[in-house]
Amino acid sequence: MNWQGWAEIALTLGLAVAIGWPLGSYMSRVWNGERTWLDPVLRPVEALFYAACGVDPKKSQTWFGYAGALLAFNLVGFVLVYAVLRLQGVLPLNPQGFAGLSGHLSFNTAVSFVTNTNWQSYAGETTMSTLSQMLVLTVQNFVSAATGATIAAALARAFIANRGEGVGNFWADLVRTTLYVLLPLSFVLAVVLVLLGMPQTLAAGVTAHTLEGADQKISLYAVASQEAIKMLGINGGGIFNANSAHPFENPTPLTNLITAVSIDVLGWAAFFAFGRSVLAKKDIRALVVAATILLSAGAGIVYVTETQAAPALVAAHVDASVNMEGKEVRLGAPATAAWVAMTTGASNGSVNGMHSSLMPLGGGMAMFLMHLGEILPGGIGSGIAIMVVMAVLSVFVAGLMVGRTPEYLGKKIEAREVQLAILAVLAIPVATLGFSAIAAILPAALKGLMHSGPHGLSEILYAYTSATANNGSAFAGLTANAPWWDATLGVAMAMGRFMPIVAVLAMAGSLAAKPKLAPSTGTLPTHGGLFIGLLIGVILILGGLQFFPALALGPIVEHFQVLGAVAQAH
Amino acid sequence: MTTIETHAGEGRRKASALAGGLSPAILTRATKDAFVKLDPRKLTGNPVIFATWIVALLSTVSAVAAIASHQSAGFAVQIAGWLWATVLFANLAESVAEGRGKAAADSLRATRVTTNAKLIIDEKTGTVIPTAAHKLVPGEVILIEAGDVVPTDGEIIEGMASVNEAAITGESAPVIRESGGDRSAVTGGTTVVSDWIKVRVTASAGNTFLDRMIAMVEGADRRKTPNEIALAVLLAGLTLIFLIAVVTLLGLGKFSGVALDPLVLGALFITLIPTTIGGLLSAVGIAGMDRLMKHNVLATSGRAVEAAGDVDTLLLDKTGTITFGNRMATEVIAAPGVRPEAALRAAVSASLADDTPEGRSIVELGRNQGIVIEAPAGATSIAFSATTRQSGLDANGMSWRKGAVDAVYRSLALDPKLIPTEVTAAVDRIARSGGTPLAVSENGVLVGVIHLKDVVKPNVKERFADLRRMGLRTVMITGDNPVTAAAIASEAGVDDFLAEATPEDKLRLIRSEQAKGRMVAMCGDGANDAPALAQADVGVAMQTGAQAAREAGNMVDLDSDPTKVIEIVEVGKQMLITRGALTTFSIANDVAKYFAIIPAMFVVALPALGALNVMHLHSPQSAILSAVIFNALVIVALIPLALKGVKYRAIGAGKLLSRNLLIYGLGGLVAPFVGIKLIDLIVSALGLA
Repeated sequence: MNWQGWAEIALTLGLAVAIGWPLGSYMSRVWNGERTWLDPVLRPVEALFYAACGVDPKKSQTWFGYAGALLAFNLVGFVLVYAVLRLQGVLPLNPQGFAGLSGHLSFNTAVSFVTNTNWQSYAGETTMSTLSQMLVLTVQNFVSAATGATIAAALARAFIANRGEGVGNFWADLVRTTLYVLLPLSFVLAVVLVLLGMPQTLAAGVTAHTLEGADQKISLYAVASQEAIKMLGINGGGIFNANSAHPFENPTPLTNLITAVSIDVLGWAAFFAFGRSVLAKKDIRALVVAATILLSAGAGIVYVTETQAAPALVAAHVDASVNMEGKEVRLGAPATAAWVAMTTGASNGSVNGMHSSLMPLGGGMAMFLMHLGEILPGGIGSGIAIMVVMAVLSVFVAGLMVGRTPEYLGKKIEAREVQLAILAVLAIPVATLGFSAIAAILPAALKGLMHSGPHGLSEILYAYTSATANNGSAFAGLTANAPWWDATLGVAMAMGRFMPIVAVLAMAGSLAAKPKLAPSTGTLPTHGGLFIGLLIGVILILGGLQFFPALALGPIVEHFQVLGAVAQAH
Repeated sequence: MTTIETHAGEGRRKASALAGGLSPAILTRATKDAFVKLDPRKLTGNPVIFATWIVALLSTVSAVAAIASHQSAGFAVQIAGWLWATVLFANLAESVAEGRGKAAADSLRATRVTTNAKLIIDEKTGTVIPTAAHKLVPGEVILIEAGDVVPTDGEIIEGMASVNEAAITGESAPVIRESGGDRSAVTGGTTVVSDWIKVRVTASAGNTFLDRMIAMVEGADRRKTPNEIALAVLLAGLTLIFLIAVVTLLGLGKFSGVALDPLVLGALFITLIPTTIGGLLSAVGIAGMDRLMKHNVLATSGRAVEAAGDVDTLLLDKTGTITFGNRMATEVIAAPGVRPEAALRAAVSASLADDTPEGRSIVELGRNQGIVIEAPAGATSIAFSATTRQSGLDANGMSWRKGAVDAVYRSLALDPKLIPTEVTAAVDRIARSGGTPLAVSENGVLVGVIHLKDVVKPNVKERFADLRRMGLRTVMITGDNPVTAAAIASEAGVDDFLAEATPEDKLRLIRSEQAKGRMVAMCGDGANDAPALAQADVGVAMQTGAQAAREAGNMVDLDSDPTKVIEIVEVGKQMLITRGALTTFSIANDVAKYFAIIPAMFVVALPALGALNVMHLHSPQSAILSAVIFNALVIVALIPLALKGVKYRAIGAGKLLSRNLLIYGLGGLVAPFVGIKLIDLIVSALGLA
């Protein structure tokens, strides 16, 4: 550990919030249908979409209609991706001549990209054709991110409504978020990344003659354009198996900083946008502060664990002050620590180092940040939506302690909201722990593990955590391209995505119908230090209580075993 | 309306059936009830305790199986026993809370009338036939004479009587009930002590006020309130989450080579689910209703009590609530050239024969300043009349008059231009300040002006300041003109006022407040208050008030004290705070329980996890047993808090939250570490595990 390391982590985390702030007010204008400076160019294009689809963007849908449209859109997306992947072998733009994918892998990958998870049970450079990468996966990178954003837009409308009915128009939210936010920003970022040396080509690749005289085929792809939306859309699915640890996906420390920052930028922007749209900037800033504190603590803990003695290194009598196993030497431990926290806190799932090689508590922290429900800042929109659910739960328990029926942002929190809030956070324990417990005793599943003992359990836990949290990062070590893993991880991803979405939209419907209450001095203030502390407490206790027993058997026991091993090595 | 002190009800404890504390008899009955409630059908409404019941049953089966197969069963028997104790303690909390209500209901039942009523079958001759009270039908007319118990609820159509309503209100001083107006309702179970009345029956058997009162205090049709339901949903959700966390340990543990005893998993599950608040939840609600009863207020539903905690705007009638209701003399301003003492003396003399509260207050003012005058023998009192608009006294050739300023001027035939400017200025000042000026004359000469004022009760200003800190706006309702209203409003420190208010204005104000998203509470007693009482979120009707008002409101104040609304709001808030505090405490407890049970469960297979045994508990078995015992005992320990309620302090939401978070959040985090460690020391010292 050194101050440069801490400064690097602080800079990376801080820049994301700083850029997300102004972007949020732009995003809010987009959600609200206000004028933006891109209007002259994009309004006609937007109108074209509505005309072609026969959609009236001004027509507000009920939560049920909104959710129906969202689910239908995602179902069609799933079928399309599945079909293209199966038929990849006979479709054009396949210079490497890759065959179609197996049924279970196509299912898993289609769910993965539709749900913004980008879990990859395959290695991109030896599996995916250029058409598959660009047409289906990249398209889903855009629209799955936009889908997440729509639920925040709908929820925001519910909070400002006074005995209203509608929560907005799904199609308009989808089109506007994609067109006004994701496309322009991705374009700019892609150009910057190309300038910094990232490949952008349709060529199949180059053949290198190695020193041993062998020929090595190196795939190239249009990396920069995909990389931009992979980060900004909080998708995380890389073209190359090594993801952002691959020199083509992350050539320099500068690209590392830029891409790391862009993981969180739109997640934070959605927080600020929500605050502006619900006319409660102060209250939502409190959520940003709470999330930032938790995320910084996570990054800090990973940095601390990764700069401690690893037993293997101690035994080998080498410098054991930094655990460099699984890290890029050109990036270093602080960059990896920041990335670990940001990618797991934001449901991104890209990696610039191997999480399996983190010290036990570092790996445990990566899991725990996902267990918290992907709210730091989570996916674009979906993160703030679940954070609001957490705030609702906090307000409900603590709000009673000021002697009033709890209310949040002027809406009373009653049985239905509590029910839906529970439903929204239930997917993570159900799918993560449920599938993990079965996989832990199922021989068909255990074949995919590399390790036994606590680290093996971590492999299982991490896979289902990552899938359910729609994160998509892998722990490495697990061979997931097998029917059991592909199928159950696919189901976990769908549960982790759509249970909260439907619950949040239903909550939006319920909140919209309620009268908007005026705050009084008797109302629990939902900004300021006290509420931030309370919210952090609720998030930690809720997340911690659910997963403590499982984590005790995985990373926690491994940590104590490693401590014992280090002591012995000395 | 009688004069009411601001803190009525606190000073004079009533002998009402609703008062009274926890007697040994109540506790005995509650203990018995706790066992009766072990019937699982009675527990289905409470998922947390129902889950505990199931696990207790399963652990009993496992204990019995261990005994049958001659294995060591001591641990299993103890766990099973403590799990049953957990359920029993939760039941006990509820039955103790119900106990007082049940006792109160019994004593109310005793006052129910079984004697015959005198049914009038011929209006002209007044012929009556004895009829059983329960056979009376609404619309029939009965005669009630001195000494009779009123057989059922009704409306006086003829006559006037003094009625002892102690059976209902606990107030033994009889009240006057008469036909016409707002004081014409009589209540079954009360006693006519003098005169006679003819009453038209308004309630059918089983539907009287007394019947409803019995049902309310007994909690017979107690339904869960909205917030209680919401909290129950949260607790059920947490129970489900912990069920998942515990059941999945079977698979995860097997992978890790840990042999998990189902009994231990069951114990972990029960200690993690929020049994503390789950066990005390209904007791908190019942105790809230009960606290209202101690204030002599009957709520028709728990929903109304809960709504009281949310009230934003409080509508208060000026008269009787904010002011004493009678104007009182506060000063006498002498005319130029008249000594102040002489002016006061004249004012007192003019009032000696005046028996109105205003007149008495003038005599009182004089006495306070050392002027005591007896009416001379042979004095003639001049009564107030609508035409002269003045009153006074003639004695020994002297005459004193006081009255409306313009009336006195006219009778003295004063030229308006000749009235001293000092007098005109005083009259203007009094009128502007909301008071009433009275002119005083002695022997046909103007000597001064009396300042009559609506006197604000002591302490109300402080109470309103308290309310403001609680987040409540107070609005004063008065029939006075805006000038008078504004003066009193500013003196009393209310936030707003509605002057020259008609009942329709009241209703309109409530609706407009509600449209702004505010909850409104009000109290009222007149029949014309009924629509507003029904519209308000919390409508408190006075027991002495009109029947229509009592039916429209969702609470009845047996003391008929309009300031009671403030206590009602506090009780509502207290109930919500108690729930929140116990929930926070319950959830925070889980952290320590994890540190007790998790290492105990896994340490044999994974010795490294012994590091988590931060409490250094004696053995895995003693750790688990101690956690289970703590979990059960904490319910008993918190029953008094659940019944008494967490004290509400009007210190603003932020401060209140940080205070309660510190006590129940941090306390909930720390207490079980201490408690479990202590129990572990005892358990291991006794060799129980």
